[in-house]
Amino acid sequence: MSGTSLFGRGKKDQVSRAASGGRVDRARPLTFTFDGKSYQGYEGDTLASALLANNIHLVGRSFKYHRPRGIIAVGSEEPNALVRVGRGAKAEPNLRATQVELYDGLYAESQNRFPSLKFDIGAVNSILQRFFPAGFYYKTFMWPASMWMTYEHVIRNAAGLGKVADDHNDPDRYEKTNAHCDVLIAGGGVAGLMAALQAGRSGARVILADEQNEFGGWLLGESDTTIDGKTPADWVAGVVAELEAMPEVTLLPRTTVFGYMDHNYITLTERVTDHLGERPVHLPRQRMWKVRAGQTVLAQGAHERPLVFSGNDLPGVMLSGAVRSYINRYGVVPGNRTVVFTNNDDAYRTALALHSAGANVVVVDLRRDLKGELVKAVRAAGIQVMSGSAVTIAAGTQRIARVEISPVNEGATEVLDDPIHMDCDLLAMSGGLTPAVHLHSQARGKLGWDEQLLCFKPTTVHEASFNAGAGNGVFAADKAIENGMQAGTAAARAAGFDIADGSAPEVAAPAQSWRPLAAWKVTNGMGEGEGPKAFVDYQNDVTASDVKLAVREGYQSVEHVKRYTTLGMATDQGKTSNINGLAILAESLGNEIPQVGTTTFRMPYTPSGFGAIAGRDIGDLFDPVRLTRMDDWHRANGATFEHVGQWMRAWYYPKDGETLREAVDREVLAARTTAGLLDASTLGKIDIQGPDAAEFLNRLYTNSWLKLGIGKCRYGLMLKDDGMVMDDGVTTRLGENHFHMTTTTGGAAGVLDWMEEWLQTEWPELKVYLTSVTEEWSVATLSGPNAGKILKAAGVDISLDPVDFPFMAMREAHIAGLPVRIFRISFTGELSYEINIRARHGLALWTHLMKAGAEFGITPYGTEAMHVLRAEKGFIIVGQETDGSVTPQDLGMDWIVSKVKPDYIGKRALDRASMAADNRKQLVGLRTKERKQVIPEGAHAVLDPNQPMPMDMLGQVTSSYYSPNVGSSIAMAMLKGGRALMGGTVYLPMLDGSVIEAEVVEPIFYDPKGERING
Amino acid sequence: MLLITCPHCGPREESEFSCGGEAHIARPLAENNLTDAEFADYLFLRDNPKGMFLERWRHAAGCRRWFNMARDTVTHEIVEIYPMGNTPKSKAGKAAHADSWRRDTAAEAAAKPASKSRSKQGG
Ligand SMILES: [Zn+2]
Repeated sequence: MSGTSLFGRGKKDQVSRAASGGRVDRARPLTFTFDGKSYQGYEGDTLASALLANNIHLVGRSFKYHRPRGIIAVGSEEPNALVRVGRGAKAEPNLRATQVELYDGLYAESQNRFPSLKFDIGAVNSILQRFFPAGFYYKTFMWPASMWMTYEHVIRNAAGLGKVADDHNDPDRYEKTNAHCDVLIAGGGVAGLMAALQAGRSGARVILADEQNEFGGWLLGESDTTIDGKTPADWVAGVVAELEAMPEVTLLPRTTVFGYMDHNYITLTERVTDHLGERPVHLPRQRMWKVRAGQTVLAQGAHERPLVFSGNDLPGVMLSGAVRSYINRYGVVPGNRTVVFTNNDDAYRTALALHSAGANVVVVDLRRDLKGELVKAVRAAGIQVMSGSAVTIAAGTQRIARVEISPVNEGATEVLDDPIHMDCDLLAMSGGLTPAVHLHSQARGKLGWDEQLLCFKPTTVHEASFNAGAGNGVFAADKAIENGMQAGTAAARAAGFDIADGSAPEVAAPAQSWRPLAAWKVTNGMGEGEGPKAFVDYQNDVTASDVKLAVREGYQSVEHVKRYTTLGMATDQGKTSNINGLAILAESLGNEIPQVGTTTFRMPYTPSGFGAIAGRDIGDLFDPVRLTRMDDWHRANGATFEHVGQWMRAWYYPKDGETLREAVDREVLAARTTAGLLDASTLGKIDIQGPDAAEFLNRLYTNSWLKLGIGKCRYGLMLKDDGMVMDDGVTTRLGENHFHMTTTTGGAAGVLDWMEEWLQTEWPELKVYLTSVTEEWSVATLSGPNAGKILKAAGVDISLDPVDFPFMAMREAHIAGLPVRIFRISFTGELSYEINIRARHGLALWTHLMKAGAEFGITPYGTEAMHVLRAEKGFIIVGQETDGSVTPQDLGMDWIVSKVKPDYIGKRALDRASMAADNRKQLVGLRTKERKQVIPEGAHAVLDPNQPMPMDMLGQVTSSYYSPNVGSSIAMAMLKGGRALMGGTVYLPMLDGSVIEAEVVEPIFYDPKGERING
Repeated sequence: MLLITCPHCGPREESEFSCGGEAHIARPLAENNLTDAEFADYLFLRDNPKGMFLERWRHAAGCRRWFNMARDTVTHEIVEIYPMGNTPKSKAGKAAHADSWRRDTAAEAAAKPASKSRSKQGG
């Protein structure tokens, strides 16, 4: 891209850019778009610094009142300048402009404005502010409930942060990675760098992460400091070079440590290509790191606090340190007529930086007795200093235009004299520093109040962790470097590495006091709540008055005030607002700040996109899909599929445009007139071996297993120890100490876990060994009057005579030369063979049977027909008829419950008095009066359809189908006292007001005597 | 996320494990008569203490073996990991086991055959 854009803009458009200085590359201009207009910045800019270079302060509207807001900070603590970057599906909202690195072609939009940033209808919220006081969400809920729907719509549109990309899947690629290290260091300022050097020199495996594009932190924004005689940038470059040469050190710039969890489990988001206009396809956009660290060093730095005064949220009101960074690091001078408003020494460095950059400067200091090197230097530069004074009101429309300055008392609670008025276009404010203790606090470290620095700082840690630098309340650069060294040394030693103490580099910086004056809310000379608002929390639009109102309404706990006012919540997590809010709360309560305490900092430190959290686990990779070996055949033959757990099962096989109902009717009829073939490979299969296998089954199932003959099959019902049905299936004795169990498709893994739990925890004396063999076998179930003929035609090498191969037996045999296990069991009530073959031969068996069965009318059927066929016979499906609150007796299956076994899982629970209650839900059949009408599954039954609502519910329909074999609908239901209702009538009211009438019948609709089982 | 030392596999992420809830709930034998209320102590009542808790874990995505853990539910400190069938050896674990209200219940007594005594497994 050339130095001038398509719109003919040139370098001269960067009206606030200094001629020289800063870490931007003036030889590499970049063009970007903000709210549809094209601008220019430089390589090395953030979106925020580039906007300020173009003298743009107004960048967004606030969350609640839609007030015009500007950039106030320089890093991740920025509460206002949230923008949406990118277009279409790639658009990402709520990015802090201060963290968005500029690239050529960057496209950004402001948020929370309609129709435009400069004219916003939502700003009417500001006029209607009486309706948005502290706790407005909660109060709104108390309005008439009927109106809530209306209000909610309005409020949801008016409030809230940016919008996500609509109707699009995120096209970008993300990754996740796991890592282990001896020492993880969060923050790459001077303290973090020194900690990394020490830990790295010890040979420890080190990860150093910093959220910015380059290491160095705050010092990159200082022009008055040298380290070992070098500029901070040169010193940092040397340290980074040394770290890069260490093989065990991993440097992660553009990486936010956003979560600190138990046992030093740390989560990081690395922005791999976000800063590039053209993103290489081989790289992910972002990468989430999950790190288990032996030790951590938290060197997060500190955040400067705003001063709380009327109009402090106008664009052009910025944090003092940020102003200095924009000048020194980015070569941007954000104003010409400037007021520096402070309660401490540090802002004097900003005054000097502004002065050097050619701006007019006036310092307004809340303190009276001003002394020290910096004050002297400022006065020597000819800068006017007004001590014992305050900016009581800042005014302007979309940018600060003038201020009122008055002498005030010590706490700035009273105005002592008439104000003077002063025009300005920038106000740099400094309310002191707050250590960023977010990670320390997430890790449940304790905080203590520092009376000198007026901030909370870490006291004791909970995890294996050390704090260092400004984040530890050590603000001076020389002390922070020492502190970082000590922390790095201690962490390396704690991780088992040896390292000498070393000596810290020499730092030369202006001497300054780090003690601010306590003046938490600057009066504007009017009554409480009058005059322009004074904001505490910019992002959540919480004012000093809101905090005071919460106290007047009776809130005392800091956690309650936080939730009531939303102070310190959401994505900002109170970075700039926390201490001011607490201090005003303490004052209102008449209490001390340490007694009020602080709220819990939540992760994430800054928001992390869901893309990085999901990584590659999306789309096809979200969850595995399990396919049977016959899947290709099903697809080739037009099957439709349904998900059963992770399995894809053939649902039905429509022919020539058949509907679901037509196809299923055909399949169901064939299974009872000729033969059907079902892919039953998905059934859970567990191989059980060991001398105590029979005893184990005897304890697991409700019926008796000790005397089951070899080669015989038995149906079993498994209960939880509360007596409720959990699974069922057929288990076969293959040998004296060897069984083959089948479970429901969905229950397979849970049943294996269940069996292992009992073996390992309750009955470790039993010698039993379990193996899941679900995938070892393919299963084709041949069912219907022609099943035997087809098996013969397929060449089975055993006698199928019922005398030789009776119902509920298993035979080993061969079909087409391949060994098979054939189980004569039936889920249809027809003559039925479940043919198990080594999984890899599944497709061969299936196609062979289809060929052999062609002349006998063989018809493949899917899970839908299977459901109809079993329901015709009244066979239950666990999880359909049962829901974890159903006993065998409820199902009318008392016959399967042993009366003689001394114990089995669930036995004692079934003896509970409540299990015999008459009004338990019991399984019944339903015969609709209108015989063809199919009741919707889930319909509720009542005795009196004319009863006023709420009606007395009897229970619900669990299975309901049309049965072509019966020639009518069939249904099963679980009804209260259902057995006693037999022969009576129940009613099923529908949503459309109609009522279905049905007779309660036995839950068996076809071949009640079981005469078809032998074909 | 906890870092749990499986007695068979070594330290692994919590996500590989599943928690099986309170440990040392002896299962009453059906042969022993209990009232429904006494039986409910076993079937329904579970502790949820603030502090030391003895619980069962399973290395579900690893060796699939069950074991016991003494864990502080406030600090998440894992004080002790010990095999199924054993009782804790640490001072805090021992105290938690001895002080449990279960030790005096009819349900626990009914875990042993009525005539002869046998040691209970830690299930
Ligand atoms: Zn293991």
